[in-house]
Amino acid sequence: MITRILSIAAAEFRIQRRNRWLASATLLMLLFALALTFAGSAPTGTLGVDLLTVAVASMTTLAVYLAPFLALMIAFDAIAGEAERGTLGLVLTYPLSRGEMLLGKFCAHLSVLAIAMTLGLGAAGAAAAMAGGAGPDSLLALARLIGTAILLGASFLALGYAASALSGSAAAAAGLAVGLWLVLVVLYDLGLLGAVVFDDGGAFTRHVFPWLLAANPADAFRLWNVSASREVALISGMAGAGDALPPWAAPVSLFFWPVAALALAGAAFRRVDA
Amino acid sequence: MTDDAREAALVTEGLTKRYGRSEVLSDVSLRVAPGERVALLGHNGAGKSTLVRLVLGLLRPSGGCIDVAGHRPGSAAARRATAYLPEQVAFHRALTGREQLSTFARLAGEPVKAVMPLLERVGLARAADARIGTYSKGMRQRLGLAQTLLGRRRVALLDEPTSGLDPVSRHDVYEVIDEMAAGGTALVIASHALTELEARTDRIAILAQGRLVADDSLAALSRRADLPTRIRLTARSGAADMVQAELGGRRVNGCAVELRCAADQKMAQLSRISGLGDAVRDVDMMPPSLEDLYRHYCGEHRQ
Repeated sequence: MITRILSIAAAEFRIQRRNRWLASATLLMLLFALALTFAGSAPTGTLGVDLLTVAVASMTTLAVYLAPFLALMIAFDAIAGEAERGTLGLVLTYPLSRGEMLLGKFCAHLSVLAIAMTLGLGAAGAAAAMAGGAGPDSLLALARLIGTAILLGASFLALGYAASALSGSAAAAAGLAVGLWLVLVVLYDLGLLGAVVFDDGGAFTRHVFPWLLAANPADAFRLWNVSASREVALISGMAGAGDALPPWAAPVSLFFWPVAALALAGAAFRRVDA
Repeated sequence: MTDDAREAALVTEGLTKRYGRSEVLSDVSLRVAPGERVALLGHNGAGKSTLVRLVLGLLRPSGGCIDVAGHRPGSAAARRATAYLPEQVAFHRALTGREQLSTFARLAGEPVKAVMPLLERVGLARAADARIGTYSKGMRQRLGLAQTLLGRRRVALLDEPTSGLDPVSRHDVYEVIDEMAAGGTALVIASHALTELEARTDRIAILAQGRLVADDSLAALSRRADLPTRIRLTARSGAADMVQAELGGRRVNGCAVELRCAADQKMAQLSRISGLGDAVRDVDMMPPSLEDLYRHYCGEHRQ
């Protein structure tokens, strides 16, 4: 089983490298991270924290949008595209289960994301540390940011596979992926914000809202990074919601999502005609 | 050794597939022995692809059963024993031929060092490290053929293996097919290239509207169908009318007459033709072709 998963993963990783996805994802992360780090360096003096802490706070906001986006762009083609081009039927006549094929692709795609996140965020972090200083706390915050960004990417990779398996064509899968991104990353927050404003500090805001926040992988990612570091929370102004939750809520959500979404994608894949 | 005494590599028994109310495959029973090459013929939509996909385990039968080298279709053992060449064979454009075949070898549990000899066998050695995106249709087809040669396959299902290929490549494909048969692989070749199949297969199976309407050797099918042999006479100029009046038949153009005669009447007809002396310049005899047989068996079913 492991050899089959690894052989799919090796071929898929090669394809991602040749299609320049690895290079473009890494470059995109690096450019945005560097731009945000140095554009957002103004509040250092007033808050009394080092530049790396500020950089981690801005890069958290960046990764919330970019990690899911990159993951979905890599994942949407995985099943619908192969079925459309006719490469799926032949592979599935080999002694390879659909679950193994999905896991193989997941390993390859997750490696691509991990490389992009580590190099992009890491290089920007290193630049910030050299320019404005860093401490053990801010270095830990950077490591946490990279780790959680990879987890967030994993959730959206798996969601992308589910979208790909449920769509009849690669074009439909791309549309569904964009829709997922819009709903989970943008509209979900807007909806919650509206509800909080409407509730005006009532029971919903105090008891339900934090849990709804943790239930969304993108918000769980933000909560985890913010609540784990007092300084980052201070800068991003998200301390309130995190305090109302037990510390395990966001990590559990962020570990639960990739597993649940992969199970969903696997179930949807089994129903695809090869 | 009779067919029954040999253990069949591929057996379907009363195989039926329904989608809702429509039956796309009805009660198909087929046995293919090791080393046997069976041509699977049928119109588009006759159920050929459905049959192939059932044997591959990509579809579940509504009734009947399938045995692939002693295994359930779709099981790991059956997949290891089965080679498949899809009609429109496609690969990842970004991979090289060698990389793609190595991936298949690993999936099949075969050593990767088996890959290069196979690429050489199908004439792709020089293109082994070029990306498949740069391959021609014929080269992709050769790569598809190479992957059917991985490992020791007991059953091979080839869907239109020569479509879109030049004559030399077609010849190479049939050479590989013969080699597989000689190695004991049971082959099912679905195709529309009837002239090629005629010479290159041991048995013909014809599907019409989901039913197996013929399943025998070419000679036996022709005997049973008892189709007329066509005789085409070229008459000396001006003598065509006389030849037609003497022998009957149909005028084809200015100086040719076409006759049809049953298999046992051939000699009698020929002596009448030679009796006409120099009024006939040339004679062509055309025994019923696979195409005629195919039309016959498909038409028989329709009535």
